[in-house]
Amino acid sequence: MSKTEKEEQALGLKFNSRLLELLAKLQEVELEDFEMEVGDLELWIQPGAVAAPVAVPQKFAPPLKAKPAKIIEVEFVPPVETYPGKVVEVKLGATKSEGGTRGESIVIGGETTPAFYTFEKPMPHRPVIAIDVFDMKVPLPKAVKTHVKDVMEDPAAWAKLAVEKFGADLLTVHLISVDPLVKNASPKEAVKTVEEVAQAVDVPLIIGGCGDPKKDADVFEAVAETFAGERFLISSVTRDMDVERCAKFIKKYGHVALSFTPMDLNLARELNRILYDFLPKEDIVMDLTTAALGYGLDYAFTNMERARLAALMGDPELAHPMSSGTTNAWAAREAWLEMAPEWEPRELRGPLWEVLTASTLLLAGVDLFMMMHPAAVKTLKDIIGQLLGGSVGNAERIVEWVSMKV
Amino acid sequence: MSGKETKRKVGIKELSPIDVYKLLPRTNCKVCGEENCMAFATKVVNREVPIEKCSPILAKEFEKAYSQLKEMLKPAVKEVVIGVGDRAVKVGGKLVMYRHELTYFNPTAIAIDVTDEMADEEILSRIKRTEQFKFEYIGQTLKLDMMAVRSTSNNPEKFKETVKKVAQNTSLPLILCSLNPSILKAGLEAIPKARPLLYAATTENWQEMAELALAYNCPLTVFAPNNLKTLKSLAKTLIEYGVSDLVLDPGTFPDEGLAETLNNFTMLRRVACKRGDEVLGFPLIGVPMTAWMAKGEAPEEVVKWREACLAGMFIVHFADILIMHNVDGWALLPNVILRQNIYTDPRKPVAVEPGLRVFGNPDENAPVMFTTNFALTYYTVASDIENAKVNAYLLVVDTEGIAVDSAVAGRKLTAEKVAEAIKASGIENKVKHRKLIIPGKAARLSGEIEELSGWQVLVGPRDSSEIPAFLQKKWQNL
Repeated sequence: MSKTEKEEQALGLKFNSRLLELLAKLQEVELEDFEMEVGDLELWIQPGAVAAPVAVPQKFAPPLKAKPAKIIEVEFVPPVETYPGKVVEVKLGATKSEGGTRGESIVIGGETTPAFYTFEKPMPHRPVIAIDVFDMKVPLPKAVKTHVKDVMEDPAAWAKLAVEKFGADLLTVHLISVDPLVKNASPKEAVKTVEEVAQAVDVPLIIGGCGDPKKDADVFEAVAETFAGERFLISSVTRDMDVERCAKFIKKYGHVALSFTPMDLNLARELNRILYDFLPKEDIVMDLTTAALGYGLDYAFTNMERARLAALMGDPELAHPMSSGTTNAWAAREAWLEMAPEWEPRELRGPLWEVLTASTLLLAGVDLFMMMHPAAVKTLKDIIGQLLGGSVGNAERIVEWVSMKV
Repeated sequence: MSGKETKRKVGIKELSPIDVYKLLPRTNCKVCGEENCMAFATKVVNREVPIEKCSPILAKEFEKAYSQLKEMLKPAVKEVVIGVGDRAVKVGGKLVMYRHELTYFNPTAIAIDVTDEMADEEILSRIKRTEQFKFEYIGQTLKLDMMAVRSTSNNPEKFKETVKKVAQNTSLPLILCSLNPSILKAGLEAIPKARPLLYAATTENWQEMAELALAYNCPLTVFAPNNLKTLKSLAKTLIEYGVSDLVLDPGTFPDEGLAETLNNFTMLRRVACKRGDEVLGFPLIGVPMTAWMAKGEAPEEVVKWREACLAGMFIVHFADILIMHNVDGWALLPNVILRQNIYTDPRKPVAVEPGLRVFGNPDENAPVMFTTNFALTYYTVASDIENAKVNAYLLVVDTEGIAVDSAVAGRKLTAEKVAEAIKASGIENKVKHRKLIIPGKAARLSGEIEELSGWQVLVGPRDSSEIPAFLQKKWQNL
């Protein structure tokens, strides 16, 4: 570490350095309009909140006992719980000695306490971040496009940028072009794209489909076979696919299934049960659906928090590492839309939207984030680092906030 | 833990409607609006109605039962009121640790700081920005809640003047911040009846702070950075001293020590909600503005970003009050929306207003589709239609906020409801055809809908992402 870096760290600026660069880049942003459009906000009916009677401040009544003259010392016992359940550990990616070609493999899951309850137990593995790479030019929010515009038609270059500059732990290769309604690219072409990316970077890969249940199965099978033993995460296996077929080729060629269900724990259990007939638990990660901040994040958060608590309480069908398509944060129009001046600049508002969506789900127990904006990725990584770093704050110094001059 | 603490019903789930029912008058008088006392008891346990809605229980003869009920229904985290009058803010009042266990009450109150060394214009401008912060979101106005006045001068007269100035320019409740009791006393003299939150009692000053809290009837913050034993000892002492409304600050460490900060918040909330610890059953205050202590040479935007990230984690993890420095909308907007999301009642599906929605410029030949008023279903369908850039009508049918498949199964979505919605919407005057595209997951209602509405039914896709393709293939070839 250089002297400047050390100094920065001492000042608590480590977190900031990358962001500085990014912020500097904002000056370069061209004023083109963002292509994606999302529906107007409609009024949601308010759940009939019940007003509790307004508590009247209590009138001071002299205590019956004598006022204490010194501090009454009492003990604080940390409320540590033990849990019967444990989240399975899943290994993503395989090194040469493990039968693949990745530089390192990554293990996620293994929790025996709720996320970051480090007063109970340390987190067994650090939550990791995958950055999205697309196999063709796609509409992206301006704030994101700024950072990838030169590589948008070159998945390999995009992959390198995401790993080397933006610090991705893994990559998600989204094979959008195979969609029969888009380019209807063949499984063979998809394999070629994956090949290019796998050559360009050596991080574990996540293989994303186009959403067509039949076509995705064909594409996934071709990729799985070509890259046998790589332990790619196949994203995703859904109930409307031929689950048995997918599970079988995932097992046969040594990969991992992402079991994806739409925000319903019973559906998640059901799909996992089907997968158990063909795959060991250690080959399954689950995605319970991520909704954007402002557009159902409360459902996603509670669903994941419940799933994780259920897993720790011994529900084996939910005891899988959780993945989140955090990029969905950008589906919120407030993340990318040009708004009235008091809410600008959107170049900051947007990535912050992605960070808060991510940090909320981090606290619910997500192990793997699929993200997009480099500043959001950097920030989440730093937050995770601080939460796992175990460094002690300076209690004497923190008191000074009260009289700090800003 | 004392015997008294363990005897309390810890956690909402342990309190049954029978426990409440036994103490009610049991006359089924219906004054509360419910059919009988048991139905009322159920609603009381779910916190859907306050116990005071049973006016007979307030009579002298039920005095004992009423006080037992109050004790029984007491939240694990005490509700503390800051300020007076219409804009008083209630904080705490939490019954559960996790929102899915019931719901969270009293959204995290956000305070913006000013200091006694800021120029007048700056103070007034910060007050104005705080007051004017408003965002309309799903029928609610999202706002900021309080001002925190800090003494950086450590000069009582200066602080008094500043507090007076702030109080003259806003009716928002205040937090008075200084660890020097004579400073806070000067501030209180400026606003003796305003019931600000006092910040803060420490091991050094607790006795004088307690006297101020008692003399001015104010809630008092207990501050013991990263030392929960000290925090608990101080809280215990202050309770014994007669201060009944406390707020707890275990310290906010913005970088080094962030892990402990979250752990402290989690442990405090857990002992209150799961272990019935009444000494620590008070609202928690987080101070994201400690991010400004590590500012160094960093540009302000970066510090604002960091402060906003801290606030986001606190909103999710148990803070009842936040003190922040930055007032910029880009940083605060995601946080007030996050707060709204976390504090929605998970027991009630979020729904959109039923009725007719118009996409693009539909003419009399435009397709007519319907969906349910479950918010997430609606937004998904609406965004798919918009992305396809088609001109169409979408009829939103009231299914009480339930998604299509569940609504069909649960009879919340019926042919009758669809037929009524068609009539009520006036769509029959807007298009000349009578063809309704229904969600694939409602296919089995086809026959009945045709019979009751007189419209021809086309069964649409099971997933709205296929609507564009469907319209292209099926609608245009009709």
